[in-house]
Amino acid sequence: MPNELEFEKPILELRQKVDELRQLMETTGIDLTEEVAKLEERLAELSQSVYQGLTAWQRVQLARQPGRPTTLDYIRGLCTDFVELHGDRNFRDDPAVVGGIGLLEGRPVTVIGTQKGRDTKENIYRNFGMAHPEGYRKALRLMKQAEKFGRPVILFIDTAGAYPGMSAEERGQSEAIARNLREMAGLRTPTVCFVTGEGGSGGALGLGVTDRVYVLEYAWYSVIAPESAAAILWKDASQAPRAAETMRITASDLLAFGIADEVLPEPPGGAQKDPAAMVARVKEKAVQALEELSRVPIAQLLQARYDKYRAMGSFAER
Amino acid sequence: MLKDLFHKKRQYATLATKAEDRAKGPAAAPRDNIPQGLVNKCQSCGALLISKELQKHLNTCPHCGYHFPVDARMRIDITLDPDSFFEYDPGITSVDPLSFPGYPEKLRKAQEATGLLEGAVTGEGTLDGHPVVIGVMDSRFIMGSMGSAMGEKLARAMERAAQKRYPLILFTASGGARMQEGILSLMQMAKTSVALEQLHEKGVLFVSVITHPTTGGVSASFASLGDIILAEPGALFGFAGRRVIEQTIRQKLPDDFQTAEFNLKHGMVDKVVDRKQMRDTLAAILRIHAARGWANAQ
Repeated sequence: MPNELEFEKPILELRQKVDELRQLMETTGIDLTEEVAKLEERLAELSQSVYQGLTAWQRVQLARQPGRPTTLDYIRGLCTDFVELHGDRNFRDDPAVVGGIGLLEGRPVTVIGTQKGRDTKENIYRNFGMAHPEGYRKALRLMKQAEKFGRPVILFIDTAGAYPGMSAEERGQSEAIARNLREMAGLRTPTVCFVTGEGGSGGALGLGVTDRVYVLEYAWYSVIAPESAAAILWKDASQAPRAAETMRITASDLLAFGIADEVLPEPPGGAQKDPAAMVARVKEKAVQALEELSRVPIAQLLQARYDKYRAMGSFAER
Repeated sequence: MLKDLFHKKRQYATLATKAEDRAKGPAAAPRDNIPQGLVNKCQSCGALLISKELQKHLNTCPHCGYHFPVDARMRIDITLDPDSFFEYDPGITSVDPLSFPGYPEKLRKAQEATGLLEGAVTGEGTLDGHPVVIGVMDSRFIMGSMGSAMGEKLARAMERAAQKRYPLILFTASGGARMQEGILSLMQMAKTSVALEQLHEKGVLFVSVITHPTTGGVSASFASLGDIILAEPGALFGFAGRRVIEQTIRQKLPDDFQTAEFNLKHGMVDKVVDRKQMRDTLAAILRIHAARGWANAQ
């Protein structure tokens, strides 16, 4: 298996042993059923203990695994008749953000998300899922379009952050993100977002002011990437594992802080081990959430969205 | 009008609070370059400036026009009509939701150095007779970074502006979201934006005034959402830091990158306004928005 992480190696080795034993059984005819069963049991136990005891940094590494479903994988799994729509009508089409319209179990939806590539070539084309202002503006155009036609919006977030480049600054990266935050606050249609991998700061939030926020089990979401936090705190990017703990960026932290409405369990070992199962789980959640949200009158929905974000934070008053 | 300003200046120069702050010991020595003491050196042209002269020029260099930072109290003094300011929520203060190493000490030092509980002062007052809600960020307070307490103060000010239908003026100065509060600080961008959406829906004027520096999460939220965005000359205004961008694109950026003037050229601010003209400019904007007269206007 490619892309195994360091902490997954013991699992991989044990699995290889099981496979070898099975092969031996086939070629020699010796009955090793009992030994195989024992090892399988140990494998399950080991796998459980490894994945349940993951550190924040190990979760960050899992969230970055290239085999995880991308936004387009989720869209293809969720929608029939998906039509991708391109461009911000101002400057260009940003390949780091994809979006379009489709049917979710027969009902119309707008789906938008940041898009990473699977290999280097794709990643260069997708700018590693880091959007320029035109990506946020495309997203906003599609959201306003959804509002006009009464379609709920489903958003997928998997980005290390908004692109920190010269042209992005010239074209107003700040303004593009800021406008999305405000417009999403007032969007007169139900909105849900899924943080499927990396939730990198303002670049993630720029697509994430929604009625519901679902975070996948191994996803992270933070005001600053662990490497950058380590560079600022300890002048040493290699302290990223420590920063990942300190910054409280895991799914369970997000649930505890009231940022995530729910954590979606991933298949054993992560979404990349069984993408189809993950996509199915996300679809189920999207259908359920929109079913609920679509029953709420719009004025009430907006008030609830306001109250939710207005209450975020922790302070004291003397 | 300008005469009023200079009159205000003399009041400011005799404020006792600054001396008190300085008397609190070494912790009170801020790392910024807000003019202190009798003589200050201009960072831009190197001129030696006596503090009285500097204050007469609203902390700008009389020789080259360089804008020194000003703290929140002075900004309010030089912007609003004398004695018109009423402060909102002075008791809101930060807590340490992540148990972040060193954060409580950092807060305490910032509070001692600035005499403020949090990095923004909000309230209402009049500007050339027009009632306004005003918020001023203070770059001395942990780089003006936005945590939950600052987000709350600003969101409340926005809500009051919406209720009273008073124009909102925010002077921004911030390194961005306050890292020590993790994801909660990021969410202050959302919190202030939902409050601004309400203000926007009610048709209330919001003027954002960019002062040095305004970056990161503050730049990517309310600072960029003004109906009108003014900026002080030379103020840094951008999303990502220069070093991060240089590392990403592996080339050197032009000297004027992300300055107010750069942003003006690229269409991101409406006007670059010298500090000495700021009050007059704001007054004109308020006058225009207060004026009525077209029969079918809403």
